[in-house]
Amino acid sequence: MAFIPHTDADVAEMLAAIGVASIEQLFDEIPPSLRVHSLEGIPAALNEMQIGRLMSARAHADGRPLCFIGAGAYEHHIPAAVWAVATRGEFYSAYTPYQAEASQGTLQVIYEYQTMIASLTGMEVANASLYEGASALAEACLMAVRANRKSKSQRVLVPRSVHPHYRKVASTAALNQAVRFEEVPYSAAEGRTAVAALAAFDGQDITALVIQQPNFFGVLEDVDALTSWAQERGVFVIAVVNPTSLALLQPPGQWGAGGADIVVGEGQPLGVPLCSGGPYFGFMTTRMAHVRQMPGRIVGRTLDVSGRDGFTLTLQAREQHIRRARATSNICTNQGLLVTAATIYMSLMGPQGLARVASASHARTAELVAALTRVPGVRKLFPSPAFHESVVAFERPVAPVLQRLADRGILAGFDLAEHYPELGHALLVCATETKTSADIERFASALGDVMKSVRAA
Amino acid sequence: MSQIPADLQYTKSHEWMRKLADGTVEIGITDHAQHELGDLVFAEVPEKGRVLAAGEACAVVESVKAASDVYCPLAGEVTAGNSELAATPELINQDAFGRGWLLRLRPAGAAGAFLSAAEYEQLLRAEGS
Repeated sequence: MAFIPHTDADVAEMLAAIGVASIEQLFDEIPPSLRVHSLEGIPAALNEMQIGRLMSARAHADGRPLCFIGAGAYEHHIPAAVWAVATRGEFYSAYTPYQAEASQGTLQVIYEYQTMIASLTGMEVANASLYEGASALAEACLMAVRANRKSKSQRVLVPRSVHPHYRKVASTAALNQAVRFEEVPYSAAEGRTAVAALAAFDGQDITALVIQQPNFFGVLEDVDALTSWAQERGVFVIAVVNPTSLALLQPPGQWGAGGADIVVGEGQPLGVPLCSGGPYFGFMTTRMAHVRQMPGRIVGRTLDVSGRDGFTLTLQAREQHIRRARATSNICTNQGLLVTAATIYMSLMGPQGLARVASASHARTAELVAALTRVPGVRKLFPSPAFHESVVAFERPVAPVLQRLADRGILAGFDLAEHYPELGHALLVCATETKTSADIERFASALGDVMKSVRAA
Repeated sequence: MSQIPADLQYTKSHEWMRKLADGTVEIGITDHAQHELGDLVFAEVPEKGRVLAAGEACAVVESVKAASDVYCPLAGEVTAGNSELAATPELINQDAFGRGWLLRLRPAGAAGAFLSAAEYEQLLRAEGS
């Protein structure tokens, strides 16, 4: 059965109405050299049983590796209730519903989510979520350019210690909007941004400073000093944070004297499984003063005509279906299903539960680094305080070591060679509460064996 | 028919201008325009010192049903934005030609051709209001 409602007669009638001879003719403006006329490599259709077997075989090919890779996506325990509830028919929606106010339950979930995220980040208002952390940073940079009306330069300072994918996505997304991204170096000794490095920008018109906490190396930035530097100069502070870490660390709303202006981050650690890089969700919070410049949907609580509590989409006049080309953003959607899972996850964990996850992850990573650095030829690179990731340095290239460990079912970490060649042979490792002492011992012992064999080879 | 003060100048896009004694020009949207927009919930006005070109979007007025740009009728430098509107945008509904003003501008260069009150009234009649 074809799920196309138009009959051949319908199609002929529509083509006649617009004066086009064939559907094919609608694609004439695409140069022939760019068009793919056959789909080689796409196999013939399979039935449900066949596709089930194929997918099962592909899934098994992944194995059940022991994962010590963090670098922006983190393996946490997800209580079984999270997805049992999130996948109920009443909730199972990818977006804000199109007739939003007819779905009060969905709006209430989003409203509760916004309340939790605003509270976790110490800010006044949250949107209903964005696509993922990196595009949330891109949107935050564009928002800062709109909201910081004292600055005309559209210059955004981005420390090199910010996640390299986030930096790339932000500069790609803002490329045609004349936002200039300028890199701030990190201290090679400490693995974090030194306030002294900002002195080069003193007296200049800067729109915003991005601060990632913890930074890409897992190291804690001196957020108070960096925030104060920015605010004394009328520079907006955009915080990029790990939501789990906020159960232990000072929320961005309290950084420095005045707190961050915009807070974004990747919501995946809150109940979303590691899954081929997504779908995940981005979160964004800000102060009420900037709310009209915030992209995305916002759910508000109000009273209906009978005086009962109700939920509604609010401040829609910012959005593209009303403001057209001058909308604050062309993102007028959210990651509804993942936000639902995150809301259930946060409800089940509570502040104490999230703090236990964060403390356990911190402790496991300290244990991991201690175990790995007992292996000859492995040392910890940065002595600075860290959350749940750390950089370890090898004497030889990382890639072959990673390959041999993968052969033993261990995903050992993120090789920093491509993005940070200046660090030499460096590996970013992570352990969350999901790793036991036995897991850590297995990794360290396998690393010892592999190092010996690599040296002998 | 909404009220149209005789001492102001008007544009086809429903802005009004008032020449002030200090040589600056006060700009707002007409009573007709506020009536078409409905209850205003937010107004964004330009900051002092901003240099505007004629025809440039200089303010945003947002009602419960729409957000609209206000176009600056003439070039110049902003000497003030109406800060009262941040807390009370409804002033535009209540007193479009008075306390609901949006910005004041020191004009740069010659002014263009604007409509008199009578011509603006004619325009509204032609638009069917």
